[in-house]
Amino acid sequence: MSAVITEKKLKVVGTSPDRPDGVPKLTGTAQYGADNSLPGMLWGKILRSPHAHARIRKIDASKALKLPGVKAVITGADLPDQKFEYLGAERVAVNFWHMTRNILAREKVLYEGHALAAVAATTPAIAAEALKLIEVDYEVLPHVIDVDEAMKPDAPLLFEDMITRGIEPPPAKPSNISKRLGFKLGDPNAVFATADEVVEMSFKTAAVHQGYIEPHACLARADADGQAEVWSSSQGHFVVRTFTTKLLGMKTGDLRCHASEIGGAFGGKTVVYVEPVAVMLSKKTGHPVKIMMTREDVFKATGPTSGASMTIKIGVMRDGKIVAAHGLFKYQAGAFPGSPVMNGCMCGFAPYDIANVETVGYDVVCNRPKSVAYRAPGSPISAFAVESTLDMVAKKIGMDPLQLRLKNIAKIGTPTVFGTKLAHAGFAETLQALQKHPAYNAPLGKNQGRGMALGYWFNGGGESSATVNVNEDGTVVVATGSPDIGGSRASTAQMAAETLGIPYDAVRPIIADTNSVGYTQATGGSRVTFATGMTVINACNKVIEEMCVRAAKLWKLDRADVIWEDGSARPAGKHAGAFEPMPFKAIAAKRTATGGPIVASASVNAEGQAPGFSAQFCDVEVDPETGYVKILRYVAAQDVGRAIHPKYCEGQITGGVVQGIGWALNEEYIYDKNGRLENAGFLDYRMPVASDVPMIEAMIVEVPNPNHPYGVKGVAEANIVPPMAAIANAIHAATGKRLTDLPMSPPKVLAALDA
Amino acid sequence: MSDMRYEAPKTVEAAVALLAGASGVARVLAGGTDLLIQMRGGRVEPALLVDIKGITEMTSITEEKGGFRLGAAVTAMEMHEHKAFSKAWPGLTEAAMLIGSYQIKGRATVGGNLCNASPAADSVPALIAAGATVSIVGPNGRREVKAEDIATAPGKNSLAKGEIVASFLLPPRAARSGDAYLRFIPRTEMDIAVVGAGINLTLDDKGVCKQARVCVGAVAERALVVQAAADALIGTTVDDAALERMGAAVSAACRPIDDKRGTKVYRIKVSGVMAKRAAAIALNRARGTN
Repeated sequence: MSAVITEKKLKVVGTSPDRPDGVPKLTGTAQYGADNSLPGMLWGKILRSPHAHARIRKIDASKALKLPGVKAVITGADLPDQKFEYLGAERVAVNFWHMTRNILAREKVLYEGHALAAVAATTPAIAAEALKLIEVDYEVLPHVIDVDEAMKPDAPLLFEDMITRGIEPPPAKPSNISKRLGFKLGDPNAVFATADEVVEMSFKTAAVHQGYIEPHACLARADADGQAEVWSSSQGHFVVRTFTTKLLGMKTGDLRCHASEIGGAFGGKTVVYVEPVAVMLSKKTGHPVKIMMTREDVFKATGPTSGASMTIKIGVMRDGKIVAAHGLFKYQAGAFPGSPVMNGCMCGFAPYDIANVETVGYDVVCNRPKSVAYRAPGSPISAFAVESTLDMVAKKIGMDPLQLRLKNIAKIGTPTVFGTKLAHAGFAETLQALQKHPAYNAPLGKNQGRGMALGYWFNGGGESSATVNVNEDGTVVVATGSPDIGGSRASTAQMAAETLGIPYDAVRPIIADTNSVGYTQATGGSRVTFATGMTVINACNKVIEEMCVRAAKLWKLDRADVIWEDGSARPAGKHAGAFEPMPFKAIAAKRTATGGPIVASASVNAEGQAPGFSAQFCDVEVDPETGYVKILRYVAAQDVGRAIHPKYCEGQITGGVVQGIGWALNEEYIYDKNGRLENAGFLDYRMPVASDVPMIEAMIVEVPNPNHPYGVKGVAEANIVPPMAAIANAIHAATGKRLTDLPMSPPKVLAALDA
Repeated sequence: MSDMRYEAPKTVEAAVALLAGASGVARVLAGGTDLLIQMRGGRVEPALLVDIKGITEMTSITEEKGGFRLGAAVTAMEMHEHKAFSKAWPGLTEAAMLIGSYQIKGRATVGGNLCNASPAADSVPALIAAGATVSIVGPNGRREVKAEDIATAPGKNSLAKGEIVASFLLPPRAARSGDAYLRFIPRTEMDIAVVGAGINLTLDDKGVCKQARVCVGAVAERALVVQAAADALIGTTVDDAALERMGAAVSAACRPIDDKRGTKVYRIKVSGVMAKRAAAIALNRARGTN
């Protein structure tokens, strides 16, 4: 860990300053996706399918086009078709043949809310009226919602030619199973027979939405020369550029994308929905076009993460050593392939050192909106199954559930089911920190119980760029390409200030558009503080180098005779003490005389990220007459590597836990018999309100990542992985009843109590 | 894209004239907390909106005949802040105060809650349990009906064209009386009742229940008055056995549906639970021990 800067030297990193983007957000002047407007702007609206599954025989827009004020109507036919191929790494592969059909349906609509046409008109009311005038001739088809139902041989097929990938030889008949995948270490099936105890259990989880406050919105402007511009609420404006240009057959350089302020995303804004439609409408009309989704659109046509059906088998010795494990994970992909089942297969057993383990996953399409990333995509789902089963394993051998986990915890060098060896410490340290929490052994009252669980997430590295501009007054502007969804402007400004040796408020961090900074991957995977932070530090180090060059010039010394210390250039070696140290600000003021603007850019494809790890316990009380579960206490420990901004780390931990509580207790998509969503709003899609949750006790554990100058690991995701199992385990402790079907809503809990 | 006319009359009679004379779809606008959502969702496109918040009878609480006259357009917050009213009818006031957020409570009215005719309306079981009389004004003058006679089915009420609920008369409060309302929701606030139970009871000087009304919501097409449940309390000291019998009578009377907010089985059981718990609160209030 010698590469990590030691804590003693740090002045800004590790403090919790006010966020640089706070005042505009508090005063209401911050510009979110829907806040951008241009002169001559038209309003775009999207026609959505009322059916869960139907063939589109004909779309007739002639009446809509005759309505005064309507300037254009587009359908899927207005977009170029795409080649059927899966591109990119398997874990995050995209297929533009699918994507273009999700943006605007072609042959079929595959879920209620599926977009199939769009209108641009002079007012929102005219656009809404025009949608009613578009006549669509549907052949309604049988539909399938549930993953187990969708896998049956006689299930209605979403794609009549879908042959499951990953099976050799390929099946002769088409099905809704897009892909089978698996990982194997050792030979669990042989070893189960030698285990003292084997526990096998099955689970189901519901699809849940990311639940961001801000609906998707964008403004697009296209010029006659083919150039276009987009302002949108997105986790990655470079992603918006890549996807939109590909979907519309444009050159990458012809689309300039801006990241608006963003009202929440949690993975759900890593794809495009409205942007290509708005650009196409703008191209057709010659006017800027704004599109805003309603909350109902958001629920019916964006997000969610998968619901799943899973079976876990764990073999253990009486001393607590887990000798074999098997996990079968069937994830709903929604209408198009691409659930996070691969992540589920990789993460489920990752916290543990198990010599024989196999995971098998199925990616299954069904008549729901296409699943999208949601905070540690895939991992919370498999963790619910694995961590619930482990709780029963602990009960079966009479061992404390924390001790069972500690006994089997993965360490540096532990092989994983997906082939690599764990390269970082922190798992055991986090679990031990949780164990030391004074409430872990506190007494409980009647109808109360305590449960715990662990959570693993890869964390991310990848491509990021930054430019640092030094101003004449000694302030700097740090431009990155990372939309700020979790406080990254503050954390990158802190790392810049720390590196340069200047005050935090001398740094102005901005999110530059796609034409103004180097390529940067989306904000996601807990990668930004690590990877974008690293590139900011690299750019700052280039600035320091230039500062030393400028000071040497002023002092008429060789560059080699100048060092940088505590935010100042100093003469060194035989010239040590020859001149007073020259601070950052003083050199910045002399830029014109010393060579002109001081600017440095850096880009990385960052590697060496360390996994995120969270250990949590909670206490619940179950009302025996209503099945209502009250969370009394929630303690969440997480290894963050190094907390750049501890308050934001606590905020991330708290937020992940609260979303997990909602996932555990009440959130679900409720469909009627026709496959129509009955709860497309926050009233009946029951996310927790503030009074539903206790003050979450966040415990920051710091086991620095040696591959980052300040030890950063990433903090945004591992925290949402344990709550569902922790709560199920607590309910079991309180009632003796094992809930295996999410959400654990009052009717289900009461039914279990009364069974 | 039809035009909508908005009127804000100053008298009940003027409001009635507007509603009775309307040719298209007309709606009364009180707090608007249901109507605006219905309009936004495209479920209703009124040609005429009659805003009643400028009508004095409908927006005030006055003492009358030893009881209270509660204007139909009085908001939940106004009820809560009216000390004498909320002291006399804590259960009804609390029921109204369960509706939505503070912002919503500052707009939502008991009259609107009743006329909107949702079986899950929170203030309605409490209003019915309180024995409120409804004063209706229409083209043919004024008539009085019981609160339980307004809602008939989800979204449907017994008002004729041009009729409007002007106010409620809450009867004089006997000594040793208490009311309470409890609902079950899966969260702690900002939700719709899965079941709700309003109880109003009066004890004699020996602590024996001499009068009781029990009304439950979200378990049928409209709020249900359960006479058998009231009978289980009357003549008892409202001991545990009486509460059990009362809860069982409530559950037996329910005829709920399975829907996105709860199952039939769940509603039947938990309505009895909520009624028992509400009765215990009402009892403490009647005894003056709360």
